[in-house]
Amino acid sequence: MTIAEKILARASGRKRVSPGEIVEASIDVAMTHDIEGPMVVEGLRELGTKKVWNPNKIVIVFDHQVPANSIDAALNHIMLREFAAKQKIPDFYDLFEGICHVVLPEKGFALPGRLIVGTDSHTTTYGALGCFATGIGSTDMVAVFTRGKLWFRVPESVRMTIEGRLPRRVTSKDLILKIIGEVGADGETYRSVEFVGGGMRNISMAGRMTMCNMGVEMGAKTAIVPPDGLTTRYLRGRARGSYKPVHADRDAAYVEERSFDVKKLEPQVARPYSVDNVAPVSEVEGVEVDQAFLGSCTNGRFEDLVEAAKIVNGRQISKRVRMLVVPASREIYLKALERGILAIFARAGALVEAPSCAACMGGHVGILAPGEVCISASNRNFRGRMGSPKGKIYLASPATVAASALKGKITDPRDL
Amino acid sequence: MMARAWVFGDNVDTDQIIAGRYLVKLDPRELAKHVMEAADPKFASKVRRGDVIIAGRNFGCGSSRERAPLALKAAGISAIVAESFARIFYRNAVNRGLPVLTCAGVRRGFKTGDKVGVDMREGEARNLSTGKTFRVEPLPDFLLTILRAGGLLPYLKRSVGKAGR
Ligand code: SF4
Repeated sequence: MTIAEKILARASGRKRVSPGEIVEASIDVAMTHDIEGPMVVEGLRELGTKKVWNPNKIVIVFDHQVPANSIDAALNHIMLREFAAKQKIPDFYDLFEGICHVVLPEKGFALPGRLIVGTDSHTTTYGALGCFATGIGSTDMVAVFTRGKLWFRVPESVRMTIEGRLPRRVTSKDLILKIIGEVGADGETYRSVEFVGGGMRNISMAGRMTMCNMGVEMGAKTAIVPPDGLTTRYLRGRARGSYKPVHADRDAAYVEERSFDVKKLEPQVARPYSVDNVAPVSEVEGVEVDQAFLGSCTNGRFEDLVEAAKIVNGRQISKRVRMLVVPASREIYLKALERGILAIFARAGALVEAPSCAACMGGHVGILAPGEVCISASNRNFRGRMGSPKGKIYLASPATVAASALKGKITDPRDL
Repeated sequence: MMARAWVFGDNVDTDQIIAGRYLVKLDPRELAKHVMEAADPKFASKVRRGDVIIAGRNFGCGSSRERAPLALKAAGISAIVAESFARIFYRNAVNRGLPVLTCAGVRRGFKTGDKVGVDMREGEARNLSTGKTFRVEPLPDFLLTILRAGGLLPYLKRSVGKAGR
């Protein structure tokens, strides 16, 4: 069996499962946030659920509209705070803890072999730690909060073998954009993608999270990196509970195999308005930008800030650009603050904000006017994602975002 | 009144269906006012109860926001027939009692404004303006039961009720 099959088999109390089967599986961790959370609370009320199945397996994070940017958002926050208190949910993280997909791994909830669901499509991020993690809607979450179980169709598995070491200033973001460009926005729909191969050993945990995070942008149900020494090291002192690494069997069945050699990879950019509209940076160089966004659950991690700070250090951001730097969690914010990284950005003329989803979803700060262009380290460039449907988002790595912010136009970070 | 078709292309994402800035609202009627805004600003004011969306591949890709199918349903959409669906949207739509039907080649068989008939039992989508019929993939029984109940919550309420008796 593949990793996904093994985890679903264990969680549904079966010896074996195979792709296409429907199983009912017990959930190890269930996450919701300030956007879908209120809908979950409403659904629980409708269903008549008085007590959740297990408050210790629920995590609630405020990240999308923090601090509240409207009366509606403030009311939603109150609703969820009261819910968490009444249900005695210990792992309730109010605003300033960070983005859910960064907070859960940091706090040790994402562990190898676990089955995790979240009311957010980028829940796939946690697969970087060898678990099966997937996004669901609020009604499915009502079922989970009530019964602790959910039905799953066992996905087919795909194996993507990564070889080689990424060149200077080329990152895992460029790699995942390249992959999505090749397979397409629906290329792996309903499937579980395993990222394997010697090349993965050279990719940091932050980089692995970036890749699994964007697994959903090719339609995948989950994206998984087999646990290794790096996983163990990351989890030391963090893991909430014990875990047992799950690996694929030698004879595991994959419906598709692909391999990518990253030795000669160039920085990649996804052009509007779909994530698979990918080109090497050389093809989009020179496009003028109005906003540069460094942040989000894809690329707001410490390593990302460091990568961008190396480029920005001692230079000034172009006058025509507003650059937003938003560390993805309190842990990252503090570390970057204490090491002077945030000062590098502030000195260069960037706006440094408290942890949140910020510009990524267009519901809060950094909204685009018609015709404006943003170079963004986030994960989606859909029409209207960041404000006006006539605004344009180009997705790129933190390095490319930093280089473009300095030059005022899309720029190859290797040139700086 | 006859249902009318609204035709959209590939990769209609959840930000087009309902943009992030409207996600603070919980009232489906409020959401319905902005449904499909980025794809067609006139859609919300013109759509009528019972209308059907016809689309290409990967309908509903992107976010897990359940307000996407909720807004479509509140706007009056009675079914979506697409060449394929993104998986979270698909589940959310079923859970909200909104029929989602997969049908190869359907997009080119309709233009916006055509009269449309959807027959879930027969597994057909019909273009009543051209007379053409399209076979839709049968839904698993399990999902049909949820749809017939009107969504996952009504279904669960009923099964919990039965178990209690
Ligand atoms: S940073 Fe963006 S993609 Fe990530 S959870 Fe927030 S809104 Fe969603």
